[in-house]
Amino acid sequence: MAKKVGTEVSFAAAEAIKLANADVIAAYPITPQTHIVEKLSEYVADGDLDAEYICVESEHSAMSACCGSSATGARTFTATAGQGLELMHEVLTIPASSRLPMVAAICNRALSGPLSVWGDHSDMMGVRDTGWVQIVAENGQEVHDLLISAFKIAEHKDVMFPVMVHMDGFHLTHVIESIIIMDQEEVDKFLPPFNYDHKLDPDSPVSVGTYGPPHIYPEIKKAQEVALTNSKETIKKIWKEWGDMFGRHYNPVETYKSDDAETILVTMGSFSETATLAIDKMRAEGKKVGLIRLRLWRPFPFAELRDAAKSADNMVVLDRAISYGGPAGPLCSEIRSAFYQMKKRPQVVSFIGGLGGRDIAPEEFEEMITKGVEIAKNGSENEYEMLGVRE
Amino acid sequence: MDKYGLYVPKLAPRKEYFAPGHRACVGCGEMLAVRQVCKALGRETIVINSTGCIEIVSSLFPQTTWEVPWMHTLFENAAAVASGVESAIKVMQRKGKYRDKKVNILAMGGDGATADIGLQALSGAFERGHDLLYVCFDNEAYMNTGIQRSSSTPYGAVTTTSPTGKKSIGQQTQKKNLPAIAVAHNIDYVATASPAYPFDLMDKVKKGVNTKGPAYIQVFSPCPTGWRSPGELSVALARLVVETGVFPLFEVVKGKYKMSMEFEKLRSIKDYMKPQGRFRHLTEDDIDTIQARVIEEYNKLKEKAYGQ
Amino acid sequence: MFSWKEIPIGAIVTAPGSAKEYRTGDWRSQRPEWDLAKCIKCGLCYIYCPDASIGWKQDDGYPWWDEYHCKGCGICANECWTKAIHMVEETE
Ligand SMILES: Cc1ncc(C[n+]2csc(CCOP(=O)(O)OP(=O)(O)O)c2C)c(N)n1
Ligand code: SF4
Ligand code: SF4
Ligand code: SF4
Ligand SMILES: [Mg+2]
Repeated sequence: MAKKVGTEVSFAAAEAIKLANADVIAAYPITPQTHIVEKLSEYVADGDLDAEYICVESEHSAMSACCGSSATGARTFTATAGQGLELMHEVLTIPASSRLPMVAAICNRALSGPLSVWGDHSDMMGVRDTGWVQIVAENGQEVHDLLISAFKIAEHKDVMFPVMVHMDGFHLTHVIESIIIMDQEEVDKFLPPFNYDHKLDPDSPVSVGTYGPPHIYPEIKKAQEVALTNSKETIKKIWKEWGDMFGRHYNPVETYKSDDAETILVTMGSFSETATLAIDKMRAEGKKVGLIRLRLWRPFPFAELRDAAKSADNMVVLDRAISYGGPAGPLCSEIRSAFYQMKKRPQVVSFIGGLGGRDIAPEEFEEMITKGVEIAKNGSENEYEMLGVRE
Repeated sequence: MDKYGLYVPKLAPRKEYFAPGHRACVGCGEMLAVRQVCKALGRETIVINSTGCIEIVSSLFPQTTWEVPWMHTLFENAAAVASGVESAIKVMQRKGKYRDKKVNILAMGGDGATADIGLQALSGAFERGHDLLYVCFDNEAYMNTGIQRSSSTPYGAVTTTSPTGKKSIGQQTQKKNLPAIAVAHNIDYVATASPAYPFDLMDKVKKGVNTKGPAYIQVFSPCPTGWRSPGELSVALARLVVETGVFPLFEVVKGKYKMSMEFEKLRSIKDYMKPQGRFRHLTEDDIDTIQARVIEEYNKLKEKAYGQ
Repeated sequence: MFSWKEIPIGAIVTAPGSAKEYRTGDWRSQRPEWDLAKCIKCGLCYIYCPDASIGWKQDDGYPWWDEYHCKGCGICANECWTKAIHMVEETE
């Protein structure tokens, strides 16, 4: 039986990979991801997980080795953060285009410079357009559950894409939470073995990663794009299966008191929990506010988002990344485009905060919502507001 | 050639694993080398290829030249991708999820992919001890992008980024000694080879792939386009480079150097350089300097083979 | 040319050696010709062809030329010890 334990979230992540029985792990250490891969190498050293752990010499090679491993038909995992994800960047487009399933735990971290080991979403936004499925976890239980289900998503015949599960560095990876750790039998029932049709095998030679000149490249890209967009339905189906089997339900867009809300705050990741405190307080004061939390970042859940925000006149979006010189935070830009074509569309206001590990207190969420409503009504000379930065 | 017997070509495996229909230039020595390497490895092989001429000419979607499983991802990471393939096969064979037969793993790339941008990934794969053969097809420049210099371009050669000029002789640096770098990783098999000596080459490929752990072979690969040499001379140049001592053939087995071929007297490097446009600007003095260095390096190598 | 709907998953090619269909012989400006009287059936021309365009006949052991793929580089003619091969201009 699954059991509830108090554990560091990183260890619950490692436990998920063990339960998924990963065959190959290729990773390079970087704070705040290290606890995950250290734990995994312990499992392998102790014989608790029968896997090849490749101590690569860089994240570029980590992702490259993962490509080779997945193409050979092995269940494949890596984990990284911040600069590590940046170094992987070039390789990330490969498993997406060659359709090589694998799972990566990304412990979101700010980007240099100045050097920061702390969390924000700059790294995940930088890899937004590499063609991966990107899922964002809010708490330790989600990390554990979403990592296991990520293998099923990645390896599903109707998906066949690499999947990132994002968790905020330190704010999530390093906290101790009470988490239900799955039972091996349950996981085995949920997660079928990986059976890759086009694996590198001398008995049926394939050529992977061919050369695509202009007369063929756009067709290949459209096929990839349509497949990623369509994968949303399978992702929902797999999460529903998980919910039906284990009672914990996951959706591309999660809502909190947003049904009749006039103003909706939008967040991603671990800060959402603090945000609910602000929502509760404002609701108690009679204000019609609610929260939307995006769990699925790619493929972007347009329909689910529009549906969840039907009642909203204002949306206040918190980004933990800057798009330098751009129109808003990247999450906000996406939300604006999601509503732009709609007849009735809310005002969408952009806030950027929580950069480089800076905390956001419940009162600040409250201030942000209040200020956001004011900007929605009166406008602002800024494209976006920076939260809590000293003047 | 007598050393290998005149009639042996027909003893080579007949099947082509690098099929015709590739788009390489007329007389490409690099593709000839690939063809011979693939013949030696045979059917039970997986090829991991870096970006470069070989990949481009052989994989124009929706067709492929490859008769064995083949994968290309990027320019600098073939050794890392191959590490993943090797590890995957190892664990899946252990778990009974992959055919229980030895599979040859060939990681390969050009000199640019190997000596420059991919050197780190190569070093990592050697150090970790993956059971694979890495072959560097050395045509002494970045040919695929238009003949730019690499660290494997020889001194004095003209490339598009090492042009001659009032202040330049062409390539101003000496060729990087990649086999020595491979040897420094304490791997059990390192060799050089040339497609002009196909049986020596195929023999080394077999030895390399049957070595437990990593093996490295650097194959001299004439490029008529990049060297401005006549296509029909590709094999002749691959022979002259050996006969002049410019690219000696040797093996390093468990750290012990062994010459593969000996000549009573090395030929003048002029015989090798003359047909090549990339050396045409060099003066007699320049050639003398290069000749002296070739002899010096050759003697150093012989000392490694016989000196101890 | 095919539609995006016909692109196989991951653009993975599952037909090994399919590039053989491509006629590289069209590139040729000269072609090798054999004087079989001089040929000693050694097979050197076969092992040195970059385009795998020479084989040998099972019955008599003489070289077999693949005119569909031969690019006319002249390596075979240059390498043949007995000068049994010489290159001639392609006429059309
Ligand atoms: C990261 C990256 N940088 C640069 C390139 C451009 N590039 C592709 S192939 C190549 C040169 C290949 O040279 P080499 O490895 O010697 O192979 P050759 O073409 O000579 O056979 C370069 C510079 C690339 N594809 N990727
Ligand atoms: S540029 Fe050189 S190496 Fe590349 S295909 Fe042409 S001849 Fe071969
Ligand atoms: S190389 Fe010359 S002699 Fe040898 S088989 Fe070919 S044509 Fe005949
Ligand atoms: S001319 Fe060149 S391509 Fe044609 S058969 Fe001879 S060696 Fe092969
Ligand atoms: Mg090169």
